[in-house]
Amino acid sequence: MAEVLILVEHADGAPKKVTYELLAAAKQLGEPAAVIAAAPGTAAALTDALTQHGAEKIYLAESADIDDFLVAPKAEVLAGLVDAKSPAAVLIAATGEGKEIAGRLAIKTGSGFLTDVVELSADGVGTQSIFGGGITVHSRVRTGTPIITLRPNAFAPVEQAGAGAVETVTVAISDAAKGAKVVDRQQEDKGDRPELTEAQIVVSGGRGVGSAENFGLIEKLADSLDAAVGASRAATDAGWYPHQHQVGQTGVTVSPPDSQPQT
Amino acid sequence: MNIVVLVKQVPDTWSNRTLRDDDRTVDRDAADAVFNEMDEHGVEEALKLKEAHGGEVTVLSMGPDRAGETIRKALAMGADKAVHVSDEALHGSCAVGTSAALAAALKTLEFDVVVVGTEASDARVGALGAMLGERLGVPALTGARTVTIEGTTARIERQVDAGYQTVEASLPVVISVIEKINEPRYPSFKGIMAAKKKPVQTLSVADLGLDPSSVGLAGATSEVVDFAPRPPKQQGEIVTDEGSGGVALAEFLAAQKII
Repeated sequence: MAEVLILVEHADGAPKKVTYELLAAAKQLGEPAAVIAAAPGTAAALTDALTQHGAEKIYLAESADIDDFLVAPKAEVLAGLVDAKSPAAVLIAATGEGKEIAGRLAIKTGSGFLTDVVELSADGVGTQSIFGGGITVHSRVRTGTPIITLRPNAFAPVEQAGAGAVETVTVAISDAAKGAKVVDRQQEDKGDRPELTEAQIVVSGGRGVGSAENFGLIEKLADSLDAAVGASRAATDAGWYPHQHQVGQTGVTVSPPDSQPQT
Repeated sequence: MNIVVLVKQVPDTWSNRTLRDDDRTVDRDAADAVFNEMDEHGVEEALKLKEAHGGEVTVLSMGPDRAGETIRKALAMGADKAVHVSDEALHGSCAVGTSAALAAALKTLEFDVVVVGTEASDARVGALGAMLGERLGVPALTGARTVTIEGTTARIERQVDAGYQTVEASLPVVISVIEKINEPRYPSFKGIMAAKKKPVQTLSVADLGLDPSSVGLAGATSEVVDFAPRPPKQQGEIVTDEGSGGVALAEFLAAQKII
């Protein structure tokens, strides 16, 4: 059975939940092979969890260049693996960065790509919800290696151990991929609340909340439900709540189960 | 400084957007056509860069004849000239084909900075900036909420899950912007009148040196197999607070097994 590459997303030394969703979806198409493209020393902490969630293979592609430059190095690592392993498909999380990686990888490998897929069939047909959820579309890639980005929270993670065979990949990032250099990072304290994209429940406040102080009520409700806090553009533009909590086109696409994504 | 700003005409998110039954592409006749909102912010940022550094702003758009309306609006806002990539052979292009046509058009122009909106409200692929960077071999600074240029260095601030990043690149660059970056100006009456006289060059697939079978529906790297409108959504429950709103809310959440 052919391999299906998935790009591991991780934070704070653990795979993000969407990574397990990618592994579960990959199993429908072939043998899940997790690709860790990260800074040196990152991968060791991730391999056990990936194996437990079905990774048959794990490719370790570590390089200091990967975190220091935007997107392009990860696309280059994946393109090298597509070339070497001829996978049946490549699955990537449909985040802002994930979609950019998919676009670059499509050009590098002469392939097509699908974005924001919420269901996937064994023959590679993806379901997408477009125009603000008004139309449901079935699409497929017809050129090259299918590159498919999956919307977080759309697939259920499966705990079923794979072989987890680790293979180290030599990484040599080209100068062309080192154009956009990250020169500074400002961490924001996220507290204990779940991340917006991964939360099972989102409590979102808008214009009606009326003030920054009143967002305290939204936070209280969110905390009692173990939920993330979202805010509309009206609320963030008014300065009532930080912009990174904005839900919508320029904010975060949230897709908690049992809801239509906010657009 | 030579600045090129990409704009797209899209079906209005407020109208009834759908796909065509015959070839399953966007039905442009079913909906009002509007300026993609994020691209208005792109035009504003391009004009600000020109005001700060001098030079010229060229509008680039791909779309049918009707997209000329969007180009005129960008010119009315203050851009100097425009290039309209328009050809029946481009109808139905996928994101990969679109990026090929736009990159080919950019290669006919001189640019230090290419400004694009981070995503269009119709396809919502959100990868054009990165794809143009890939095709042109120049850095892509994506998702910018601020842009500064000093000498030959462009610097942006972008939002990420964990906070903010500052990212730098040497010109020429592609910069994609989000709507928080600025407030787009309204075209003035003078601007609207002046726009009528500004040059708009039309380029066809042949002008771009592209093989017609590599773009459009025929050359699309992905296809829509079928589509259907979503079943009508159930009306949400509205709780009016008459002293017992809290109880009603708690009961609702309990019934959904959320609490």
